[in-house]
Amino acid sequence: MLHSSIDRAAHATPPVLARRIRGLSDRAIAWIFVAPSIVLLLAINIFPLIWTVRLSFTNFRVNRPNEPVQFVGLRNYLNILTDKDIWLTMQATAHFLIWTIVLQVLIGFALAYLINKKFRGNDLWTTIIVLPMMLSPAVVGNFWTFLYQPQIGLFNYAIGFLTGADPSSFSMIGDTSLAPWAIIIVDTWMWTPFVMLICLAGLRSIPSSIYEAAECDRASSWRQFWTITIPMVLPFLMLAILFRGIENFKMFDLVVQLTGGGPGSITELTSINLKREAFEKWRTGYASAYAVILFVTVFGLASIYVKALNKVKQR
Amino acid sequence: MMKQMLLSSTVVVGAYFAVSGAVGTKAAAAELTLCWAAWDPANALVELSKDFEAESGNTMKFEFVPWPNFADRMLNELNSGGKLCDLMIGDSQWIGGAAENGQYIKLNDFFDKEGIKMDDFIPATVIGYAEWPKNTPNYWALPAFGDVVGWTYRKDWFSRPELQAEFKQKYGRDLAVPKTFAELKDIAEFFQKRQIDGKTVYGAAIYTERGSEGITMGVMDVLYSFGFEYGNPKKAYELDGFVNSADAVKGLEFYKALYDCCTPPGHSDAYMSEDIDAYKSGQVALQMNFAFTWPGIHADANVGGDKSGYFPNPAGPTGVQFAQLGGQGISVVAASDKQKEALDYIKWFAQPEIQKKWWALGGYSALRSVVEDPSFATSQPYAQTFLDSMAIVKDFWAEPSYASLLQASQKRFHDYVVANQGTAKDALDGLSEDWKDIFEDEGKY
Repeated sequence: MLHSSIDRAAHATPPVLARRIRGLSDRAIAWIFVAPSIVLLLAINIFPLIWTVRLSFTNFRVNRPNEPVQFVGLRNYLNILTDKDIWLTMQATAHFLIWTIVLQVLIGFALAYLINKKFRGNDLWTTIIVLPMMLSPAVVGNFWTFLYQPQIGLFNYAIGFLTGADPSSFSMIGDTSLAPWAIIIVDTWMWTPFVMLICLAGLRSIPSSIYEAAECDRASSWRQFWTITIPMVLPFLMLAILFRGIENFKMFDLVVQLTGGGPGSITELTSINLKREAFEKWRTGYASAYAVILFVTVFGLASIYVKALNKVKQR
Repeated sequence: MMKQMLLSSTVVVGAYFAVSGAVGTKAAAAELTLCWAAWDPANALVELSKDFEAESGNTMKFEFVPWPNFADRMLNELNSGGKLCDLMIGDSQWIGGAAENGQYIKLNDFFDKEGIKMDDFIPATVIGYAEWPKNTPNYWALPAFGDVVGWTYRKDWFSRPELQAEFKQKYGRDLAVPKTFAELKDIAEFFQKRQIDGKTVYGAAIYTERGSEGITMGVMDVLYSFGFEYGNPKKAYELDGFVNSADAVKGLEFYKALYDCCTPPGHSDAYMSEDIDAYKSGQVALQMNFAFTWPGIHADANVGGDKSGYFPNPAGPTGVQFAQLGGQGISVVAASDKQKEALDYIKWFAQPEIQKKWWALGGYSALRSVVEDPSFATSQPYAQTFLDSMAIVKDFWAEPSYASLLQASQKRFHDYVVANQGTAKDALDGLSEDWKDIFEDEGKY
């Protein structure tokens, strides 16, 4: 049936066109198929990237169309790298990144380990656990601001209930020492299920025969865990860390909804700071240089990490 | 027979042209898009604009964006030369950039042609919303909505005999509308964590928002009356000693003290809507907010009517009294293809009877014939406060670089007031340096 359809289509092709197509090599046909994607990629990814690099060496401001654009060399880059406020946002980003990854990996792996055991209601619990990651970050940010509200928030109430403290005596998003942890808690709540799913895939990919062989060799559960489970799940864990690392390096929506970068600039992550430079101060050239620095940082770190990941996989 | 056929054909052809002419006229009617913030006055303007639609045959579309995203969204639109908005009721601080970058059309010739005189509007609104450069007769907008930061208070709580007695005993004066900021702080402290009707209430809801312009509007509202100046009045852009004067430092210290002592828990990122919520829910005795909120408060079932009163910014330590200007002018967007119709809208909007209706619907008219009408001051319980407040206004920078100037103040003020970083002097010294850097980039020195 399929062949007859193809034959019919082939017969319906005008002879001139058919002759032309017949004359094309396989490579040329492959290019014809791939070309639209490449053109699209060049237009929406590569061209803006090159344009951003070009703008980063200028004083261009998108809100000053009448002003002459001047080449400023490396001035934007030097200004960024010597600006102590930007280093503070880098520190805030590093604090957020490191703690979210540590917590998500530990809790995510623990949950995956539990879910991997056979018990009643296993599927139901899996579904419940993965619910947070299905929500929109803007929605999550919004409702956690209510949960953190000192007077009516459930979070403050729960902490008050457990510790005996007055719920309205502390403000998770208004206190400089608590706000960095407030955003870490919410991101961990939302994205731990993602790490859990990846770990679960890793755990389920370990053949049971390996554990059976270890049992025969009288290896303890603890030894099985460290010599079988961890090494075999490690590539999956590293992949989860890579995904979460890249995502959290560019974290924006959740934190903007929760704290707006405050109090002061305590939770102003690099992406929030970059947005302020680009779309509030309209320093387009400067913001382009900032974006290039962040891109090179993420790209560089990710490349090193991917090499390490490949080495782990090869072992 | 032939004649009859010819006649009937003529009639048919005539009728066709008549109908198509009518249709053509209708097709020529434009659909105008007016862009503004999403807030109560915008709803009043929708109602008011129905008259314009009926009168002109044009239809009005509205693009309203919530305040926290208003500047981002609309400045993006202006900067990209977008055609979404034909008319823009943009914030007063945008006027410099919009004028210098050719985003608004200049209205002088139009005003002259239509007999619209800027002398007919409240002077502060003309300077604040329409002129660029300031204090020169170059007009880029028609004052559309007068607004100013003032205060709302719980009149019903103030009038309770037991509270009055306790207050008098503690402070040696009546519990009444504060005349100075020091008195305002006493009142806020008096109410802080007080039990009223079985509920814990707090002193004051003030502006502390970090993301857009909130904390700057709040701090500036207080700083002016403490002696803050944007620069040397005799030498433009000379900031040191004015922005960070000893009086300004005292003003900023006062704002932080007010935030620390007397705001409700979790009030660390509050602007207009958060302050309204705190006040309407009966949490606070005093509320700092723009005058646009007053009609809504007056109509509120919980705190409206006689339960609330209104007063202008109190005076600072030396008796100087200023308030932060809000409000906007209406401009025609240069990228619009419907400038003629947009100008028609402004011409219609400027009419005294339309301005009168605008006030009646809840919009703060800036037309003098409306606000100077003898019946105006008593037309609403907050009308006199509005007039008193509009007489003492000052505004933030309206330079083309206002966004950078604003971001610097947002950061410096929030770092000091909410995040407890450094001293008031550090914050204002830093702000002076930031602003100088920005002006240096602009080639002002």
